[in-house]
Amino acid sequence: MRLPRRRRGAAPPSAVDPVPARDRFGLTDLLGEATADIGARPGRLVTTVVGTVLGVAALIATIGFAQTAAAQIARQFDAAAATALVVTPATASTGGGETVATGTLPWDAVDRLERLAGVDSAALLAELSLPEATVTAVAVNDPSQAPVAPPALYAASAGLLDTVGGHLATGRFFDSGHDARGDRVVVLGSRAAERLGVDRVDSQPSVFVDGIAYAVLGIVDATDVRAELLDAVVLPTGTARADFGLRAPGDLQAHIAVGAGPQLAEQAPLALAPDAPETVEVNAPSARSQLGRAVQADVNGVFVILSVVVLLAGGVGIANVTMLSVVERIGEIGLRRAVGATRRQIAGQFMAESVVIGLLGGLIGAAVGVLAVVGISVARGWSPVVDPWTALGGTLLGAVLGLAAGGLPARRAARVEPVEALRGGT
Amino acid sequence: MTAPAATGARHAGPGTEPAIELRDVTRSFPGPPEVQALKGVNLTVAAGDYLSIVGPSGSGKSTMLNILGLLDRPTVGEYRLGGILTSTLSEDQRAAVRARQLGFVFQAFHLMSRRTVLDNVLLPMLYAGTPRDEREPRAREALERVGLGHRVAFLPGRLSGGERQRVAVARAVATRPRVLLADEPTGNLDQTTTGGIMELFEDLHGDGLTLVVITHDAAVARRARRCVRLADGRAEEV
Repeated sequence: MRLPRRRRGAAPPSAVDPVPARDRFGLTDLLGEATADIGARPGRLVTTVVGTVLGVAALIATIGFAQTAAAQIARQFDAAAATALVVTPATASTGGGETVATGTLPWDAVDRLERLAGVDSAALLAELSLPEATVTAVAVNDPSQAPVAPPALYAASAGLLDTVGGHLATGRFFDSGHDARGDRVVVLGSRAAERLGVDRVDSQPSVFVDGIAYAVLGIVDATDVRAELLDAVVLPTGTARADFGLRAPGDLQAHIAVGAGPQLAEQAPLALAPDAPETVEVNAPSARSQLGRAVQADVNGVFVILSVVVLLAGGVGIANVTMLSVVERIGEIGLRRAVGATRRQIAGQFMAESVVIGLLGGLIGAAVGVLAVVGISVARGWSPVVDPWTALGGTLLGAVLGLAAGGLPARRAARVEPVEALRGGT
Repeated sequence: MTAPAATGARHAGPGTEPAIELRDVTRSFPGPPEVQALKGVNLTVAAGDYLSIVGPSGSGKSTMLNILGLLDRPTVGEYRLGGILTSTLSEDQRAAVRARQLGFVFQAFHLMSRRTVLDNVLLPMLYAGTPRDEREPRAREALERVGLGHRVAFLPGRLSGGERQRVAVARAVATRPRVLLADEPTGNLDQTTTGGIMELFEDLHGDGLTLVVITHDAAVARRARRCVRLADGRAEEV
């Protein structure tokens, strides 16, 4: 048996000269040593990381729920949705699976509804179902032209423009006089106007519905609600009754004050059909007061504080277990020092172990937090919203916690004198 | 100088730097009462020498080994290791010298219980700056040399006492040190196993390694080429 020999021709390394950087105790060695023992005692690992996992998970879940709730509130409670109320005739399913209206809205529904407090404006609206009708901008029927679907035809009362928050690109909207007289006038949605080739009204253009000329009064290019009107030709209800035999309004659109929804949901059926309020349905926005939002913010604040407390407890847990580890492994520290580890390398190893444990806790915690947000959101029918940076931040927070928690134990490990340490075992 | 100089000049060739040279080394521990564990010790160990240090409990054996192993510093006196005056070295340089020049074998083995035999032998090479691609081959070679090439993946807990001490010897020689320091290497072993370890030390000495073995076992001490007795902190060549 021979002692392992130095390579032929290689000079023996000087005792104190620096070694090449690639062969020094580097980051890979540090991480290798720091992670080698981490899984050796699974029970202790779980105990060590559980605080960090809970803290990061609670924090991520709190932030995630806040983001999800904010998105949910924004979705349910944006300005347009909060002020739009729609009344429709109640419907019932027939035995054949069809849905039929069980009542009708009265023609004076606008007047009835506008008497109620909280209603800013209202308008009747009905889609005219005329499958065979042609809608063109010229009177000539060109058989060689490819058939195209005509724009939708709507009948509306005069207050529609204000009620849907519409904006006129040009011209004007018809008024109650047109409505009452049944004048043959229309207002075009901007996309319908484009399809019909109408882009100005000062030349008094007409569109032809089933060959009947209707003077175009204006073009609407934007609405807050009922965006389908931009694809439609809208004529007064009086005209629709006279020319197309419209028998009843389709629905009643109203613009209401913020927060008036629940109250109007109760009052509107009685105002519109006092003898049979169940024959109308009201689709009103739910109320959500500023107070509710403030409470939501307070609840989030409480959860964030709780999460931070749990996180700090997690950090103390890591510090305690790492300190215990230093005491238990005092012989190993002595051995490492004896075989050439510097104080800095010993401190680095314990610091790295703590950071790795913190990172692991942060990673698991972030995953648990995101899963909690997704799981509960799905169960409640919400769209989960978690900023990816939040999850990443939670993971890094675990590492930072480990770094902070490892400081004291690492300092203590570095101070271990090898002579004393070697008197114990490894 | 309070004790006869224990010189190793007969083992050192002309012009050869002594591996170890202690000059009037005293080590005091502040009290009260102040204790002088070593008192003006002079010792020269030539490169390739095989020295045993014997003495009763409390005679200063462990203090001597700690100083020789750069784990402790003399209060007074000079210690040169391979010609280097160790008192001039910084803390980090002393760690580097321990890593590259010295190998340690302890009575309690000091193996990492949750790491494999191979990992244990690889440990000092991390700090010694051994070229990365040579580390594992050297560790395996050292384990083959101590007869444990078939136990590389074992945890130390599954080995016998003699095998554990062999792993410790493999760990000590894997960095190719100049000096091997052994503190009661057979203190936890039975007679048969002790014989095996001593044969291993003979082999290492035969390969030119300088060995310093601290023991209270007279039979172990007799296997060395030289023997120094410590009594009440003073060294005397036997």
